[in-house]
This record gives sequence, structure tokens and C-alpha cells, in this order.
Amino acid sequence: MVNSEWSKATKKSVKSNNNKMAYDKFNILRSTAVPLPIENVDTDQLIPARFLKATERVGFGDNLFRDWRYNADNTPKKDFVLNNPVYSGKILVGGKNFGSGSSREHAAWAVYDYGFRCVVSSFFADIFRNNCLNIGVLPVQVSPEFSEKIFAAIHADPKTEIEVSLSDQTITLLATGEKETFEISPYKKDNMLNGFDDIDYLQSIKTEIEEFALNLPL
Amino acid sequence: MSKTLFDKVWDTHVVRRIEGGPDVLFIDRHLIHEVTSPVAFLGLKSRGISVLYPDRTFATADHNTPTINQHLPVEDPLSANQLKALESNSNEYGISHWGLGHQKNGIVHVVGPEYGITQPGATIVCGDSHTSTHGAFGAIAFGIGTSEVEMVLASQCIMQPKPKKMRINVNGKLGVGVTPKDVALFIISQLTTSGATGYFVEYAGDVFENMSMEGRMTVCNLSIEMGARGGMIAPDETTINYVKGREFSPKGEAWDKALAWYKTLKTDADAVFDKELTFDGSAIEPMITYGTNPGMGMGISHDIPDAAHAEGGATTYAKSLNYMGFSEGESMIGKKVDFVFVGSCTNGRIEDFRAFTSLVKGKHKADDVTVWLVPGSHIVEAQIKEEGLLDILTEAGFSLRQPGCSACLAMNDDKVPAGKYAVSTSNRNFEGRQGPGSRTMLASPLVAAAAAVTGVVTDPRTLIEELV
Repeated sequence: MVNSEWSKATKKSVKSNNNKMAYDKFNILRSTAVPLPIENVDTDQLIPARFLKATERVGFGDNLFRDWRYNADNTPKKDFVLNNPVYSGKILVGGKNFGSGSSREHAAWAVYDYGFRCVVSSFFADIFRNNCLNIGVLPVQVSPEFSEKIFAAIHADPKTEIEVSLSDQTITLLATGEKETFEISPYKKDNMLNGFDDIDYLQSIKTEIEEFALNLPL
Repeated sequence: MSKTLFDKVWDTHVVRRIEGGPDVLFIDRHLIHEVTSPVAFLGLKSRGISVLYPDRTFATADHNTPTINQHLPVEDPLSANQLKALESNSNEYGISHWGLGHQKNGIVHVVGPEYGITQPGATIVCGDSHTSTHGAFGAIAFGIGTSEVEMVLASQCIMQPKPKKMRINVNGKLGVGVTPKDVALFIISQLTTSGATGYFVEYAGDVFENMSMEGRMTVCNLSIEMGARGGMIAPDETTINYVKGREFSPKGEAWDKALAWYKTLKTDADAVFDKELTFDGSAIEPMITYGTNPGMGMGISHDIPDAAHAEGGATTYAKSLNYMGFSEGESMIGKKVDFVFVGSCTNGRIEDFRAFTSLVKGKHKADDVTVWLVPGSHIVEAQIKEEGLLDILTEAGFSLRQPGCSACLAMNDDKVPAGKYAVSTSNRNFEGRQGPGSRTMLASPLVAAAAAVTGVVTDPRTLIEELV
């Protein structure tokens, strides 16, 4: 574990505020995966705007991929992967540019609430990636080649397992042992390993922020 | 060391730089709306912390509000509940609240600049990706998630790694019928929907220098549609004339001090960008999208590209065209249009309604087209009336709705039915964006006007030749 300046400050703040952890700790996830080999999956597909009317963070998983998953009469669309009992797991593998569009954190909440803890793609949209990191869903960016390998492995055997290790920053196809490393900032990594979030940290430097605010140009 | 405009504003707001982590960035102005803020307030409550600077946050209801009969109670109980939550949360923490019926109510990215909340050199965030709009003033403005809304309420800061820098230069004289929207859709079509991910963009060149603030806002608004977190334009005389004297703009001595700061806000001559692109403005024509992301756009006289020349995999491309009911190689001209929407934070400002009106003047709305004209704010609504535009519109068979986000994201009742085609001045043509099964073609207010009077996709230049 990274024993760093922010880690100490965050722990202190969590203790002093007597807060529960912001989200579950994340370290090693071993799971089958759900493949969605479509590019530019946007936030309006992840959760359409008409399902953003709640004032609490509950029930968003029911509407994950609502319009790809259900017909207008609310019957499941048989050809959509979430309705195919062959595929399941805590890892969602998407195509390139996953999560483009809106800043709605509801998209990440829907992914989490459905039961996914990790999203894999060869490229993520910026805000969606941040939102995932802020709620404890790990975005794992892999090379296009490794992405193809993952899709092929799931296609060959839907029960194939993938292991994601946050501490080692690796993603491994367990059947063959093929692995790749992924990037995450040491700060975010430490947060996820410990279940901390940015507010814990920001609360710990509040006095510094207030002093800073006195000398701004606006 | 030489700095870009972006560097100057960003670096001025860094409270603390974390080795191997993000910067702690101070936020000058925070805008909130009813959809992405309730859970942030719940978070504050569960942690037992308060809002650090209530006077730096402004609340307006826009995403989920009706655009007719705003004086009546909101019928949908879920929407009403969300509006009530914004009001009660704002009141509880002492935040200015411009709810439905308030004179200052309107689309967050329209009213922010109108009341001078948006200032050059400021850092501005909102739980909405089109916050990039405010970059038109030389501000660093970008969309954030709800967890970050909570951070800003609690600490007036967010934690962000500093993005890379890109400059996009567009020079030359824009052709007849070519608007800021076309410039933006053109750039996105060149970069694709992910081409600027990881970057903050500065727009430079005489095309932007010659643009009004409204036009610059349209361009910066669409920065997110190529993946950029935000886009900005250096403040100049046009900017300063716009912000001076607005309600929340600095006054007196504070104005003089602010003005001195605004004048420093430009990229140094020898500053370096991570990426730089240059386009010829005179080559841009009125644009229209044919697919299901904003990168799938082309000049209106072109044919839909084949998969080999399109961005994205063949499967994704085929899925997209199939959704739209279009085929490779087809022309868009003459395609049936069922709905026309003019409005949104992209094109809901006075210039957009002037453009629309200039084209429909003396003509008549096509019979089988439903047209929604939705001003971005009450100020825009009042201007439309004061300038006589409403009379012209009424004469041509159009009517005006009340301010709100409306059919841009179709959270309220302004939904395009399944299978129907809309020419929309908004920002996203994603599947189902304007209602389940709706098919959206993004375009400028002029292209929207041409569709509104003909009922089909029409090159506006064929209708405005007599105006020039």
C-alpha cells in the first residue's frame, strides 16, 4: 500500500469525522465477464434521461441499458447481452470510447447497482471514468489488442474468468495466463484500496482552502 | 516560462499540487440544477458537513421542467419532487435558487452568462457536461459528476489531474449560411467524438475572434462532444463589453481589478500545446449529422460516407445507420423531417432565434412538421418579443414555448416519438436522446429553419440567397 501524504491525511480525516467508508474497498476481483463489443457506448444508453428523476441513489441498476435491454412494452429484448443467461459476472467489457456524453453520475451508479465492480475498455470518456473512480467502480483501460483477446476469450468460453488486481495494476485472462498492466494514479489507487473518497481528503485541508480563497483574483 | 491561457487560469486556482495525484483546484463559481444535485446534498447530510461558500453556488431548475403552462403545478410527481428538493436544499444551505416561475429561471448555461456569474479567468463547474459553454469567456469551465458536486459544496474544490492542452485554429471567412454551430460540428466531424479526450481546448483564429459571445458559447458548448473536458477562447473587447455591468459582474474598484486580470488572459506567443490543429473556415459548409453520435456529421450537400471512410468499427457504424434508417452513399437532402427543435444550451440564445426568424420570415411552417421553439431563458424570451421576432414567427405559423432544456434530453414531456425524425439545434444525437426510438439530426438554427418551412432536410443556402 502506498504510505503517502494524502493517505495519512485521509485516514486522519475519516477517523476524526467518524465517517463510514465512502464505498467498499477494492483489491482483487476475480469474475466472469459480460461482453459488449460496441464502440462509443454513451451515457444515454447506460441510463436514459427519463430515469434520472430520483432524488436518492437507489434502483438505477434496473434501468441500466434500458432501451437496449427492454422493448417499449417492458419485455426483455432477447438478443441483448444482459438478457442472455450465458453471460454474467462483475466485470463489464465494453468497446472503445466507453461512457461518452453526459456527466450524469447516474450512469456509473447504474453500472454499480447492477452489480458490476469493474469496466474494461480500450478507451474511456473522461467524466465517466472519473465518476466510476469516485464511487468505487474500477475503470481498466487495456490496449486494443488485449481488448480483442478478452472478447475472443469470452466468446470461446462465456465462463472464462478474468482477474483484476488493483494492487498489482494487472488484468489477467486466467485460462491462458495472458495479462496486461493498466494505469491508475497512485492517489486514486490508494483511495480505492482503502475505500476513501476525495471529500475525506478535502475536509482534511479545509483551513488551507479557506486561506487560499482570500487571495483569488475574483 | 511561457504559458497558455489555460495554464494561467488553472495554475492560479491550484490550492495544492499532489505528487502522483490530482491537483486540488479551487472553484470560483458552482452552478447546480435539479437532476445532478439531490444526491450530493444527501451525501453532505449523511456526513454532517455544511456548504463552505453558499454565495459561490447558484441553483436553477432546467433539465426537468415543463416548457408550457409553467404557472401550473408540475404534473409528474417525480419531476415535482426533484424541483422541490432543489428548492429545499438551496434554502437550507443559503444558496440562491432560481426555480420554475422565478424571473431568472432558465437553462443553467444560458442564465449564468446573462447574469454575469460567468467571468473571464474564473473556474466554473456544474453537474452537466455542457458547462464547457462558459469557456467562451476565457473561463475554465467543465462538467462534473454528483460526487464532485458534493466536493464543491463541501470544500469549493475538486481534485483533478491537469489535462493536456490542444489548440484548434480556424481562420478565413465563413460562407453564407455557415454559423458557429456548423464550425463546431465540422471540427467534431474531423476529430471524432473521442478525438479530444484528455485535452482542454483553446479555440483561436479570426473565425472565433469575429464571433459574438453567443456564437463562442455555441462552439465551447460542443467541446465535450469531441471528448474534451472543456474549450476556451481568450477574452477580448467583445467579451469585456458583454460582461461589464451585469448583475453579478464585479463593480467599481473590483471591476478595475478584474479588468486588469482579464487583460492578462491570453496565451503567450511562444507557449507550447500538446496538440495543435488548423482548419480553413472558408471550406466549412452548413453541417448535419446522419448517425448516432455528434462526430457523425458532414456538409449538408455531401453523401453519407461508407463504412470504410467512417470512424469506429463496421459493426458500430452499421448499427448506427440502421437505427437512423439511413444507408451509406445517400444524400441527406430531401429526407423527411417530422420535428424541429430550436433551443438548448447549445442554440437557445437570442442570435439563434434571430437566425431562425431571418430564414422563415415571409414563409410558412410546413404542415406536417411539429416545431418546438424553446428560448434558453426569460431574457431571451423577452428579447424575442421586444425585437419583433415573435410577430414574424407567429405570422409564419410558429409559436414560442417557455424556457428549459426541453427536447434536448427529453426528460420532460417534450419527446420525439419512436421512429420519428427531428432536426435539432441541440448537442446530442445519441439513440433515444430526444425520446425512446427518436432519430436526431443535429444542425444549426438555419438548417432547422429550412426544415421547418419545407418539411424535409434542405440546404438553407438555397433559401437565403435572396437575403444576402
